[in-house]
Amino acid sequence: MDHFARLGLPAALDLDAAALDRVYFALQRQWHPDRFVSRPPDERARASAEAASLNEAYRTLKDPLSRAFYMAGMAGVDLPGDGKTIDDPDLLMEAMEAREALHDADTLDAVDKLAAEARQDVQKALAELASLFLANDRGAIRKALLRLRYLDKFAEEARARRMNIDRSNA
Amino acid sequence: MTLLEIHEPGETPLPHAGEGSLAVGIDLGTTNSVVAIARDGTPAALHDETGMALVPSVVAYPDAGGVLVGDEARALVSSEPRNVVASIKRLMGRGAADLHAVAGVLPYEVEPGTGETDMVKLRIGGRARSPVEISAEILKALRARAEAALEKPVERAVITVPAYFDDAARTATRDAARVAGLEVLRLVNEPTAAALAYGLDKGSEGLYAVYDLGGGTFDFSLLRLEKGVFQVLATGGDTALGGDDFDRTIAERMLDERKRDGLADQIDETAVKAALSLSRHMKEQLSDRDQTSGRLEVAGVPSFHTLTREEFDAMVETYVARTLEISRSVLADAGMVAADIEGVVLVGGSTRVPLVRTKVAGMIGKPPLTDIDPDEVVALGAALQAEALTGGGDTLLLDVTPLSLGLETMGGIVEKIVPRNTPIPAQLAQDFTTYQDGQSAMSIHVVQGEREMVADCRSLARFELLGIPAMTAGAARIRVSFAVDADGLLTVAAEERTTGVAQRIEVKPSYGLSHEDMADMLYDSMDNAEVDMNLRLLTEARVEARRGILALEAALAKDGKLLSGDERAAIDAGRVRLETAMDGESRDEINAAAEALETLSKPFAERRMDRGIREALSGMSMGDLESRVGE
Repeated sequence: MDHFARLGLPAALDLDAAALDRVYFALQRQWHPDRFVSRPPDERARASAEAASLNEAYRTLKDPLSRAFYMAGMAGVDLPGDGKTIDDPDLLMEAMEAREALHDADTLDAVDKLAAEARQDVQKALAELASLFLANDRGAIRKALLRLRYLDKFAEEARARRMNIDRSNA
Repeated sequence: MTLLEIHEPGETPLPHAGEGSLAVGIDLGTTNSVVAIARDGTPAALHDETGMALVPSVVAYPDAGGVLVGDEARALVSSEPRNVVASIKRLMGRGAADLHAVAGVLPYEVEPGTGETDMVKLRIGGRARSPVEISAEILKALRARAEAALEKPVERAVITVPAYFDDAARTATRDAARVAGLEVLRLVNEPTAAALAYGLDKGSEGLYAVYDLGGGTFDFSLLRLEKGVFQVLATGGDTALGGDDFDRTIAERMLDERKRDGLADQIDETAVKAALSLSRHMKEQLSDRDQTSGRLEVAGVPSFHTLTREEFDAMVETYVARTLEISRSVLADAGMVAADIEGVVLVGGSTRVPLVRTKVAGMIGKPPLTDIDPDEVVALGAALQAEALTGGGDTLLLDVTPLSLGLETMGGIVEKIVPRNTPIPAQLAQDFTTYQDGQSAMSIHVVQGEREMVADCRSLARFELLGIPAMTAGAARIRVSFAVDADGLLTVAAEERTTGVAQRIEVKPSYGLSHEDMADMLYDSMDNAEVDMNLRLLTEARVEARRGILALEAALAKDGKLLSGDERAAIDAGRVRLETAMDGESRDEINAAAEALETLSKPFAERRMDRGIREALSGMSMGDLESRVGE
């Protein structure tokens, strides 16, 4: 059963976060191991497995980026493993330039500005991705997801850089 | 060496002890412990005859014999310091390296873990005792208090642990409860329990933070409260940061002052304990006054010390700053900012320190919630959860793993399988493959922590998958699955998938405590216990023995053919001896017979495991024990 089916939701990139929470909570009320504390061992094991599957589905679908990667997998898009070399020269150039800019940013404001830009790029790329899924354009989906993965990493690096600056200011 | 328990799949768990008996909530704290009960959604802490809810987490083994817990134990600090132990929670599941010294002297005589155990032991009252055993004494005292207050047997409990407790410390806590004769309904994270106490009381909704600074641990958790659902979004902390550190800082200063004044002290365990005790008192005084003073006596030589609030604040500022740093990174983990927080709940006695309150209020931009006594709030929440688990209830606690779980791969790098803040229960798997042609074995090393290198993480378990069939490098598919249950406890399984045989090896890390240790502790508690304790232990021995027989039966039914006729007869005879012992009233005889049967069937178990792996991975040759991440 795929994660969408498990939660009884339509397989769409544009998922209603409130609806996701609602069905997840309702199903956890039914399956969480806390509800099975005094049940026989086989029932408890089943509940634990169900609750774990629900958690996995929720965690995968909650975050738009991981949802996009999951849907790409469902659509049969072949993505290289994390940490593999980037084979897209445009992306490579973009990544190098952004990293340099982050390296040079030495104030919180400068880092925040770069992070905000990255977040905007993520939103824009996600919005474009929806139509690529509709067209089932695997090549374009692959390219867009690799860029999203890089943008996400960049946001993480910006956060680390921010903490470093914060710490040295304190 | 870490002890690994290999479990029979589908093994029969312990039946519920005393269905229908009362279930309590226990906050087993570093400095103080509290037991509480909830009825119809209203929790109350259980008091002793003098009206005190807090039981100091202090245990004494007096020269006169017996065991004392709480104030009575603390009273012996000056007369029999070597027989008294405090703050034992800091050592749950830990090694000797985790102990802190004052002026280069540890407050305890330490025995490094021996043989199968790596958990540190303390020499207290003339004997080496493990933190599990000492914690069990506190739990026994709390249980006795609850039984006295409720006039009913208490056999089940929800016990709280710091959210940031790792797998070793959680396992140790469960073991301690078992030694104390308590069935743990659930281990609940302390901040979550605190939120439960607040949420149900106030009907709050929205994003709440719990800032929990106790005697020895710090936790910061972010929870979303919504219509009876408590969803933990992120948690973080430090299991070695708390009010004890404040005390130690003051104590160091006092001992320095004595040295400056020309007193040539021989600092020993007794002096350290006296200095720490005075420091704690002075710290508490500074919560509502600007200056305090105290008299310290070392080897009969007194000295007088004053401390202002301002000096104290300066001394502990780095510790408080560290808690704020952790809090900010938890917020970042959840993708939130301080302004999103509706309210912050303060938990733990150390949040009475004015500097802590000011700094937390400053970070969140709101005055913290303190309506519920910070010393009792965790136990109250635990009691509510105990009631919900036994009587049903509509509250739902959705918690997360505090620390990432992963495996060692090539070059000592950690491959994370379960990232931190994953909702539990969780079941995640990853495929690994061989690194060299013909590689026949893979060493699986399970670690916990956020760092990239294995050396910086905590090692949980190691096991080896042997007999991988001869294949070219990268062809084998070894699936390693991590299951984290609702208590936050981990089970790891590995199987080779190309052959499709569903033989699994399940490994539960079981730190520091060997079966012998556990049995010793149970025996010891019997020495001092009354009749009901003996009965419970006898029952427990019978249940354990029955469980062993069931597992053996299942194994024999499946793989009995691995045994020769003589071996089978020996096992059958051992089983009859055990069953006879179970009909009797002697727990020692049951345990001895059970051990004997285990010894008899050990070669069988080993053969089964070897065969299972070989079957799963037939056609092999020996190679290096190296693994790498699969594609």
